[in-house]
Amino acid sequence: MDKFVVLDGLVAPLDRANVDTDAIIPKQFLKSINRSGFGPFAFDEWRYMDVGQPGQDCTNRPLNSQFSLNQPQFKGASVLLTRQNFGCGSSREHAPWALLDYGFRAIIAESFADIFFNNCFKNGILPIVLPTPVVDRLFAETLATPGYRLVVDLPNQVVRTPTGDAIPFEVDAFRKECLINGWDDIGLTLRHADAIHVYEDRRRHEQPWLFAK
Amino acid sequence: MAKTLYDKLWENHVVRQEEDGTALIYIDRHLVHEVTSPQAFEGLKMAGRKAWRIDSVVATADHNTPTDGWEKAEGTACIDDEISRLQVDTLDANIRANGALAYFPFKDLRQGIVHVVGPEQGATLPGMTVVCGDSHTSTHGAFAALAFGIGTSEVEHVLATQTLVSKKSKSMLIRVEGSLGKGVGAKDIVLAIIGKIGTAGGTGYAIEFAGSAIRGLSMEGRMTICNMAIEAGARAGMVAADDTTIDYVQGRTFAPKGSDWDKAVAYWRTLHTDEGARFDKVVELDARTIQPQVTWGTSPEMVIGINDQIPDPAKEQDPVKREGMERALAYMGLNPNTPIAGVPIDKIFIGSCTNSRIEDLRQAAAIVRGRSVAANVMLALVVPGSGLVKRQAEEEGLDKIFKAAGFEWREPGCSMCLGMNADRLSPGERCASTSNRNFEGRQGPMGRTHLVSPIMAAAAAIAGRFVDVREVL
Repeated sequence: MDKFVVLDGLVAPLDRANVDTDAIIPKQFLKSINRSGFGPFAFDEWRYMDVGQPGQDCTNRPLNSQFSLNQPQFKGASVLLTRQNFGCGSSREHAPWALLDYGFRAIIAESFADIFFNNCFKNGILPIVLPTPVVDRLFAETLATPGYRLVVDLPNQVVRTPTGDAIPFEVDAFRKECLINGWDDIGLTLRHADAIHVYEDRRRHEQPWLFAK
Repeated sequence: MAKTLYDKLWENHVVRQEEDGTALIYIDRHLVHEVTSPQAFEGLKMAGRKAWRIDSVVATADHNTPTDGWEKAEGTACIDDEISRLQVDTLDANIRANGALAYFPFKDLRQGIVHVVGPEQGATLPGMTVVCGDSHTSTHGAFAALAFGIGTSEVEHVLATQTLVSKKSKSMLIRVEGSLGKGVGAKDIVLAIIGKIGTAGGTGYAIEFAGSAIRGLSMEGRMTICNMAIEAGARAGMVAADDTTIDYVQGRTFAPKGSDWDKAVAYWRTLHTDEGARFDKVVELDARTIQPQVTWGTSPEMVIGINDQIPDPAKEQDPVKREGMERALAYMGLNPNTPIAGVPIDKIFIGSCTNSRIEDLRQAAAIVRGRSVAANVMLALVVPGSGLVKRQAEEEGLDKIFKAAGFEWREPGCSMCLGMNADRLSPGERCASTSNRNFEGRQGPMGRTHLVSPIMAAAAAIAGRFVDVREVL
């Protein structure tokens, strides 16, 4: 996993609530057995005028000019700004894979769905929850200011605006440390292999039916 | 101190805990399907790791598998879509290489939707932690288990360590008291709950469903309720263990036997919320007020009673919500302030991990018996949740009732719930569906999904439009 420390990124707005993971990456792309290559199909149904198929070359597909991410000023964005309950629905990790492959490293929203929120941290994406009035203000500034950028400073837990405001955000200490160091969760957990064995032995004795073969 | 069911399940699985509350929790049962596992097995192999306890794994193929044409060719060769076939074959290869407690490959009699198969085999037991790379894992909470969906990185984490890094959620009690009206069932209860608390209402919570209306449900009904906890935003939903739970589990393949059975039952009897335990949030519903439900929009919270009018965005104060409603109405091709009853239907889907169990099929068949699918309905599908559900239904003659009425009787799988296989909607088609998500494009690009109960779907098939099922009972 790539480290996440400080990100200075162009902001793209997606002004919708309840964006579900079916919208982020439609089901036909879930047939892949790889983790990469989902970026061109992120938001496929909203982004293109035709229906995408896995493995397709997307360079000449007709774009939906109404879709915010297709507007030229948001090309190359790495910060996605959106609304409540982002990432609801299916647990598909293909959703954060698609967003990462598209180029997003941070997502700012009023709230996130639990499984998606969790999946982001496993892939080096920082999901940031900010209060509605702050998100409203960021939307207004993004739309009013061409080339609007934000600096996401994870060690200090602040989002810095171009005018120098520092907006604080919360993040779990453990998740923060993993992101900053790019740590592999599994490696960390296996340091506690002894504790897992002790727990398992006790339960094997107390509730043997759970270990029946 | 008095504990909630969730407290008990959580505390019983904590291996160790950090100061900030981050815990390592032990996973008893790992359900695996073909869509969210290939990258996890690949990751395990690349890191040179071995599965920690492979006999916790129960695997089957469900999302990509076709529901007809099985006889065309041997094994997976009958899967026309090459990429789908590769994914099913990859699961096969991964299980052969790594092992499993049980694997029900494509076309096995016991194959089916993973959330139907687990309970059916007794592989889901009270008191367990159950995970799967699938958000509808919440289904298994019906057994007083702590069950929730995970992403593929976590699938790999469970394979490698038998644990997950997690933090305890807040607790919510949803109490549904009173007796249900005629023609109203588990699906209507859970849709009404989602309509009340919203699709983000349960975010950050583990929900316990309780009250006389929940206790009165069969295990099938409780599974329908817990299945859609995720549609209310909660990763986990659960119901306390009682005689209904224990009777369902007894005698199933992986259920405890002999003296283990008695010991297990004694423990399972403790799996309920203690008198006086505190919840972070309590929501109450009166079962008597719940009507047969139909969704009108593109989120499960956009739901109304069958005799209600489609809501008017102009009356919504919140601008983000209003815009969402306007977009949903445009997508669904519906007008505000008009009745949902009478809206014509193109396709009917009875199936999915929400509603494809034997009780669902019995109830739908009772509506269909001696009647015919309306001429305007292009396709009416019944897709049993597993090969065993299908066999049971056929032994009861349900297949004949459906076929005589003009339904197609299919092989088990996820089918048209998400259209990863050949069953899907074409643009603009409107479907009465017993599945769980009415998101844009869920059942096929530009398809229009209305979520309903099995008997409401059956009644819609006969009438060719939405009707109040109570009129045909």
